[in-house]
Amino acid sequence: MIYEELTALAEEKREEQKQFKHNIHVCTAASCLSSNADKVKTALESEVKARGLEQCCKVKGVGCMGLCAAGPLVSVPEQEKMFQTVTPVDAAAIVDSAVEDRPVPEAIFLDSKIPFFSGQKKIVLENCGTADPEKIEDYVAAGGYEALFTALTSMKPSQVVEQVTKSGLRGRGGAGFPTGLKWSTVAKAPGSSGKYVICNADEGDPGAFMDRSVLESDPHRILEGMAIAGYAVGASRGYIYCRAEYPLAVKRLKIAIRHAEMLGVLGNDIGDTKFSFRIEVRLGAGAFVCGEETALISSIEGKRGMPRPRPPYPAQYGLWGAPTLINNVETFANIAPIIRNGGAWFAGIGTEKSKGTKVFALAGRVANTGLIEVPMGMSLREIIFTLGGGIPDGRKFKAVQTGGPSGGCVPEQYLDMAVDYESLASVGSIMGSGGMIVMDETSCMVDVAKYFMDFCMSESCGKCIPCRTGTVQMFEILKKITDGTAEQADLAMLERISEVVKFTSLCGLGQTAPNPVFSTLRYFRDEYLNHIAQRRCAAGVCSIGKAVGVGA
Amino acid sequence: MLGFEAKAVPPSDDKRWKIVQGTMRRHGHDPSALIEVLHTVQESFGFLTDEALKFVSESMTIPYSKVYGVATFYHFFTMKPPGEHTCVVCTGTACYIKGAPALLKSVHDAVGIAPGETTANGKVSLLTARCLGACGLAPAVVYDGEAGGKVTPEGIRERVMEWSVQKAQEVGA
Repeated sequence: MIYEELTALAEEKREEQKQFKHNIHVCTAASCLSSNADKVKTALESEVKARGLEQCCKVKGVGCMGLCAAGPLVSVPEQEKMFQTVTPVDAAAIVDSAVEDRPVPEAIFLDSKIPFFSGQKKIVLENCGTADPEKIEDYVAAGGYEALFTALTSMKPSQVVEQVTKSGLRGRGGAGFPTGLKWSTVAKAPGSSGKYVICNADEGDPGAFMDRSVLESDPHRILEGMAIAGYAVGASRGYIYCRAEYPLAVKRLKIAIRHAEMLGVLGNDIGDTKFSFRIEVRLGAGAFVCGEETALISSIEGKRGMPRPRPPYPAQYGLWGAPTLINNVETFANIAPIIRNGGAWFAGIGTEKSKGTKVFALAGRVANTGLIEVPMGMSLREIIFTLGGGIPDGRKFKAVQTGGPSGGCVPEQYLDMAVDYESLASVGSIMGSGGMIVMDETSCMVDVAKYFMDFCMSESCGKCIPCRTGTVQMFEILKKITDGTAEQADLAMLERISEVVKFTSLCGLGQTAPNPVFSTLRYFRDEYLNHIAQRRCAAGVCSIGKAVGVGA
Repeated sequence: MLGFEAKAVPPSDDKRWKIVQGTMRRHGHDPSALIEVLHTVQESFGFLTDEALKFVSESMTIPYSKVYGVATFYHFFTMKPPGEHTCVVCTGTACYIKGAPALLKSVHDAVGIAPGETTANGKVSLLTARCLGACGLAPAVVYDGEAGGKVTPEGIRERVMEWSVQKAQEVGA
C-alpha cells in the first residue's frame, strides 16, 4: 500500500460511514462490558433489524467513553445524546430516540453537556468512543496511519525526532523524561545488530487504567506511534509488553497487529519504502517491578523481572544488548497527532514545562469515576470537583493520591495548584502514570500508607537489601501503628528507615516506595500521633479505632 | 537418560500438552518465550505442575532451576490447583478505598478461607488481584472469569455460599 492508496481508502470508508443517517455507539471497553454492554449491543442490533432499519441505522461497538461509573454507556453522536446504565430492555427506547428523535427515558438519560465531557481536551483519546477498536478501517477513516506514511515519504528520521523534541512531549509513564531526548539518544546509538522499540503496557499502578482504556479503545494508535518511533530511531522490531490481567487489551492488540499487517501498514517495505517494522505482543505475568525498564527488558527476554544498575541505559544497552527505546502507551499515543499537526502545535498546549494533555483515571470517593483527558495545568480542584463532580454522599474531601505506590497524597490546601510534573513533585507526590484516587474522611491516612507499603513489600523483587528488608520493616511499623501498639520511638525509626530505603535502593521501586509514608507524614502527622498517643483512629478504619468507637 | 539432542516427551497423553508444544514451536523453542509458554500451561491446566515445569525445561533446554525461578517470581502464575470456582477480589487502591477488605472478610466469615486458599471441599478459591483496571466499578470482583462491579459484602457472601451449597447437594444426592 502506498500513501495515495491509504488516503483513498480513508475517503472510501468515510463515504461508507456517511451512508448511515443514524449511528448508535455502544461502549465495549472492559468496564462497560462487565456491566453487560455486549448484551445491550446485541439487543440494539436485533431491534434495528426488526424494524428493517439496517440500511440507515448503524449499531457500532466503540472504545471507552470515559464515564465508567455510569456504564454501560450508549451514544448517538449526531444528536449529541448519551445514555447511561443501559440494559437490553432499553433497546427500543434508544432506537426510538435515535431514529425518531423521541425524548430519552429519564432513567437512562445522560447529559452530554456536563463538564465531565465538555471540560476535556482529547488528543490521546480522540478516537475513543467513536471508532470500532477491532476494525482498522475505522482508524484509517479517522486519519489513522497518515502520520506514519507522511513520516516515511516526506521526512528524514532526524526530522521526525526533531518534531518530537520540539513538541516538548515528556514520558507519560511517570518520570517525565523528555521523549525527544530519549529518541535522539537511541537514534544516535550504533546498532549494527539491530535496535528495538518497546511499548511499556505493564500498567501496574493499582488504581490506574488509562493505558488499558487506550489499548482497548484505539490499539492502532499505539502501533502507529511505535512504527513512527521505529523509523525515527532505526529499529525494525517492536514489542508491546502488556499485562496479562488485561485480556481484552491483549486480544484487541493482536487483532490490530494482524489487520495492520494485512493492510501493509506494518511488515516489510511499508508504503513501498525500505522501512520494515514488525510488532509482537509479550505478556507480563503480574510483577509491578517490570514497569521499571531494565526489569521489563529481562522479562521480555524470558527471565525473572529484576532490574539492573543503570548506566548503561537501555538507549545504549537494552533488549539483548541492543539499543532500545522504551516508552509508555500514552507517550506512543501522542506521536501520530504530533507528526500530523507538528511539534509546535503540541507545544502550544499545556504549561511551560509540561506540554500537551494528560489522561487521568479518576477513582475512589468521587462522583464521576472514569477516564478524562485534560490539558496540563488544569487545577486539581477543577479536575476533582468540576469534571469529577465532587465527593458523593455529602462527605468532605481529604486528599487525592496520585502516582500510585511511588506517589503521594495531596491534601486540600493544594487543590488550586495547576497540575504538571513539577508542581506535583513540589508537594511530595508525582505525576505518575495518571491514577488519581480521591479520598474523603472515611479513609485513614496511616492505613493508606500501610496499604501501599504492603504493596511495595510484596512487589519488591528481592535483589537489593534496602528494598527487600526495608519495606518489610516499614510495613511492620505501620502495622503496629494501626494496631495501636506503637510507641513514639517507632515513628522516628519509620522515618529513618524511609530515608535509607529512598537513598540506597537499586531501582525506582525501592527509591520511591517510602513516598506514601513521607507525604502522609508531611500532611497528616496528627493522624499518626493520634494512633500512637491516643490509640485512636479518627476515620474508624483501623482496628483500634473500632474498639474506641464501641466504648464511646 | 535424555541426551542433549533428545526430544522431550510429554508427561502424558493429555491433549493439552499439544497446545503447550504448539506455543513452544511457534516461538522456535527460544528461551525468551518461557513466560509465554508458562502462560499457555496455566491456561490449559489451570496451574503449573512440577511435571509441566520439567517438561518445559527439557523441551526448551532451559535449566529447571531457571524455569522454577521464573514460575515463582511472577504473581500471575500459581502452583496450587484452583478450586472449582474462583473468586478474585480486586485490591487495587480504588477498590481498597471502597471496601475490598470488607469483601475479603465476608468471604472468610462465610467459608473460612483467606486469599490464596481453597475451601477444603475444593469448591471455592479466593484470590486477590493487584488491580483489574475496573476502578470505575470499585469494588470489583471476578467470579469465574466474569467481572462484577460495585460488589457488596452481602453480594459476595451469597455467591460464595451458593457455590458451597452446590457441594452439599451433590454430597446428599
